[in-house]
Amino acid sequence: MKRTAIIAACLGALALVPLVLPGYNTTLVTEMLIFATLAMSVDILAGYAGRTPLCHGAIFGVATYVVLYYAGVAGGNVWLAVLLGVAAGTLTAVVFALLAIRTSGVYFLLLTLALGMIVWGVCLRWTSVTGGENGIRGAVKLAWMMDRASFYYFVLAVTAVMTLAMWRFVTSPFGLTLRGIRESESRMRTLGYDVPLHLFIGFTVSGFFAAMAGALYAFYNSFVSPSTVALAQSVEGLLMAIVGGVGTLFGSIIGAAVIIALENIVSAYTERWSMVLGFLFIFTMIFAPEGILGKTRMLIARRSAAGARSSTATGS
Amino acid sequence: MDRRTFIKSTAATAAASSAGWASLAGAQAGPIRIGLLAPLTGVVAAGGKEMVEGFNMYWGAVGRKSGGRAIEVIVEDDASNPDTALQKARRLVEQREVHMLAGNLLANTGLAVAEYVRGTGTPYFIPIIAADDLTQRKRIPNVVRIAGYSASQMPRPLADWAAKRGLKKIATVSQDYTFGHEQCGGFSQVFSNAGGSIVQQFWHPLNTADFSPYLGQIAALAPDAVFAMETGADATRFIQQWSNFGLKGKIQLLGAQNFTDQSVIRTLGAECEGIFSSAHFCEGNPAPSTQKFVADSEKAFGKMPSLYGFSMYSGAMWLDAAIKAVNGKVEERPSFLAAVNKVVLNDAPLGRPVRLDAYGNPIYDVFIRETKRRSDGKFWNVPIETYPGVSQFWTYDPEGYMKQPPYSRTFQGINAKI
Repeated sequence: MKRTAIIAACLGALALVPLVLPGYNTTLVTEMLIFATLAMSVDILAGYAGRTPLCHGAIFGVATYVVLYYAGVAGGNVWLAVLLGVAAGTLTAVVFALLAIRTSGVYFLLLTLALGMIVWGVCLRWTSVTGGENGIRGAVKLAWMMDRASFYYFVLAVTAVMTLAMWRFVTSPFGLTLRGIRESESRMRTLGYDVPLHLFIGFTVSGFFAAMAGALYAFYNSFVSPSTVALAQSVEGLLMAIVGGVGTLFGSIIGAAVIIALENIVSAYTERWSMVLGFLFIFTMIFAPEGILGKTRMLIARRSAAGARSSTATGS
Repeated sequence: MDRRTFIKSTAATAAASSAGWASLAGAQAGPIRIGLLAPLTGVVAAGGKEMVEGFNMYWGAVGRKSGGRAIEVIVEDDASNPDTALQKARRLVEQREVHMLAGNLLANTGLAVAEYVRGTGTPYFIPIIAADDLTQRKRIPNVVRIAGYSASQMPRPLADWAAKRGLKKIATVSQDYTFGHEQCGGFSQVFSNAGGSIVQQFWHPLNTADFSPYLGQIAALAPDAVFAMETGADATRFIQQWSNFGLKGKIQLLGAQNFTDQSVIRTLGAECEGIFSSAHFCEGNPAPSTQKFVADSEKAFGKMPSLYGFSMYSGAMWLDAAIKAVNGKVEERPSFLAAVNKVVLNDAPLGRPVRLDAYGNPIYDVFIRETKRRSDGKFWNVPIETYPGVSQFWTYDPEGYMKQPPYSRTFQGINAKI
């Protein structure tokens, strides 16, 4: 099968990264994988349920905070810390979902933005626990993760499982229902679907994956500060999904890779690197609003359609 | 390519590369690479630019050479953001393979990088990052505050001086974040222990445009003096509004050193006159080394040096001395770090000698400064009194001091004895 072949090729290429791109580049790809998970979790809501969230940075960051606090500051077991971190992130998503699912469009965007800002405010102000704007430092990496390649494979394995789970989720009948809600909420309601419940579950699941990414980030960074839960983080997750292609899931992986690579490569040449990123977003919006993967798929589809047309033309 | 040429070229390549390795191990031929992290974009970009200028000014003056090796400074933008700072630090260490890191301005960026170098062991020098605990309770041996200061260290002499001058009631105004909490804590603890009383503490968010609510309350309180801890645009606005409200001349204004730093007062006029602060660097110090540095900076950049430029310049000077002490062998980290810790800098623009304490933080002769008009009409800080040998622990026993909690909004050390 063609799709299996593509997936196997991608996985194979990713597995070779520490051998082909040793050193810092492996670290960079590790970061791309973590942010790809965040961007895909955003895409579940933005692409499949038609609800664009601006709070996933906060969910992501809550998990990072809890992992670092429990394992780094309180000195607890690392795996228990991950469990607690993901639970805390998911719980945050549950609360956000309860408040936000009844809105849509720009109201959903603004409400989730406000909810995310509350988390940011708490992290900034609750100095005794979060360390204020100085954040929390803590070495949570286990001994076997210290090696760059081992840590990379650990992140790759987790990300692969997460990606598979998210793909299964959005292609399941439940995912189809979410897409139905995106296309027409009233029709789904008429058909007897409980729209708020579906959105609630969709939001929570999406939050769970964002929290998983956040827990990985705690290992990766050994540091968290309010900038991790800030609006900029939520926006970055969303931009990755948009650049890659909203509603394509795997596009988010491409988006994350492109943005992180650009951040790193461009900043080596100019201090105006954020401007270059800005232009990238503008060009994406103008020339490929369906994102990199979306555009590629469209072009392939057009070409094969053209091929099919010409073959029928010669046939008749 | 036939088989013979293939074998030949492979052998040649192997020979060349092994020769390369041998020379690398033997003579440490290459340049010393210093990764300089500075915020060139984001909220503190102006200070970041002066950091890079100061650092490069020193290396330019000594011909970019030290200990028999060339010095290569690789500048990276930390975007005033700790996550970006970490990413750039990783890149400098893992990809550019720098021998040491230096810089960062905001405390949270410095703390993030410090945590990273704890794992890699890369020497990391922080002339600007003032977060107390980096050289106190949470010390990392390879993180050294050369030519820097810890936040609570500097305001203590001012508090002592204020108490001796007979000021009894003081209110503090500060930006509400750790750098402010620590500076106000240092001031408040010394002042209250010297018999004065801190009548009220005002905390306001960063980037406050309008200080009138606070100034109104201060006028009603009528304290003997106000200690203000403000940085950047907040400091400029506070000084202007203080004057506009008519408080100037009625209530004595005291400030943290960054409150009357050149980065703030170079845009101000008479409204900034007569503010007292305490600091290790004083651009109006008549010492020849200070005046030479001020003149050089004015010639190069058209402005008097700020704390950022000064600290990075002195930091480079410090590194130069340490690199010379180990004959350029910065690859041997333990001996290099030991050399850094042993440096006594006599000819820094401070005009006073400086050395490190046992915790990697400098001990300074601290000046009480007053903002005055220079002959050309510009304002600068001139020394009026000196407190010799001020360490980050003031007169306290270090072990006893570190048993008290770090300063925060809720713990300001008021009336707390050590």
